[in-house]
Amino acid sequence: MTAINQQDTQQQELPVGTWKLDPIHSSAGFAVKHMVVATFRGRFEDFDATLEVGAGGEQKLVGTVDPKSIVVKDENLAGHLQSPDFFDTERYDEIRFESTSIRVEGDEAVLEGALTIKGNTNPVSARGAYVGPHEDIAGSTKIGLSFETVVDRTLYGLNWNAPLPKGGFALSNEVTLVVELELAKA
Amino acid sequence: MRVLGISGSLSRDSHNTELLRAAASLLPSGVEFEIYDGLKDIPPFDEDHEGDAPQSVHRLREEIGAADAVLIATPEYNHSIPGHLKNALDWVSRPYATNTLRNKPVAVMGASTGMFGAVWAQAETRKVLSAIGARVVDREIPVPTADEIVRDRDKLESSGTHSLMVGLLAELIDLTREREQIAA
Repeated sequence: MTAINQQDTQQQELPVGTWKLDPIHSSAGFAVKHMVVATFRGRFEDFDATLEVGAGGEQKLVGTVDPKSIVVKDENLAGHLQSPDFFDTERYDEIRFESTSIRVEGDEAVLEGALTIKGNTNPVSARGAYVGPHEDIAGSTKIGLSFETVVDRTLYGLNWNAPLPKGGFALSNEVTLVVELELAKA
Repeated sequence: MRVLGISGSLSRDSHNTELLRAAASLLPSGVEFEIYDGLKDIPPFDEDHEGDAPQSVHRLREEIGAADAVLIATPEYNHSIPGHLKNALDWVSRPYATNTLRNKPVAVMGASTGMFGAVWAQAETRKVLSAIGARVVDREIPVPTADEIVRDRDKLESSGTHSLMVGLLAELIDLTREREQIAA
């Protein structure tokens, strides 16, 4: 059995402060099985995130996404994804995540919280990585957080599908959400 | 508020056009209702002319654009949506990302002289409208034996069609008001 490096697995605190998103060097995307065989990916152009870490150890990550900013390779598909079949962006102008806990063990981060899409809120947990803090060229302190989780889109009212002639459906209900955040100390 | 009625029948004495008139009489005051009468003028959908659609298509797009909601009454041909209605919706659906039916509240009902009241045509019309991006009322109003009841308001009432239409129209109007509030 390989000895586990005790220091790597010890829980550590995130650095105290308010951490604001660097939107240029961050991303929020999704991946979903399409036509059974392939993985289709898309992303959102407009999103925000703030991490608050208090001196007493309290911490909260809040993220918001504008679903109208969805980016896929076809404008007609983008239109369909904004329609009532999917994100219904006329009625719902925000996807929101609020954390209930963030645990960092070594370079691994475990996030739990509530995700709201289309007015439906469900608990989610995500695993990912934490890197930092580190000073950038301009002297600003940065941290990196990345998370990935799988959600059932039908729990959020995104129910569209199409049966395929030889079985199966055009789109999987399971969607992988991938978020990469570069956060700067405010 | 303005509701545009579209009958999926070209027949002069259409039961579905009559069903639209019956529905119009149930709309609350202050709601304007007009029946579109140009379906017969819409040529076959041609992708080569999406960008320079004929005048008849422009007129339909403009009428839908000027309406706050759309009410469709469709017959059923061979267990499905009438070809000319589907054809018109195909024209209206382009350009797909910004078409005039996108987010527009739409309700569908249907009458047939048989026993099933155009249920499959209604289901398929709703499916097409959802694909186009309309905000579709998820209800149907099957009106069987239409030749016996659509012109007789007492029979419309005793058959339950009247109360179904009241419910459908209430939901259509609620969706439209909700949309007005979002825009305000």
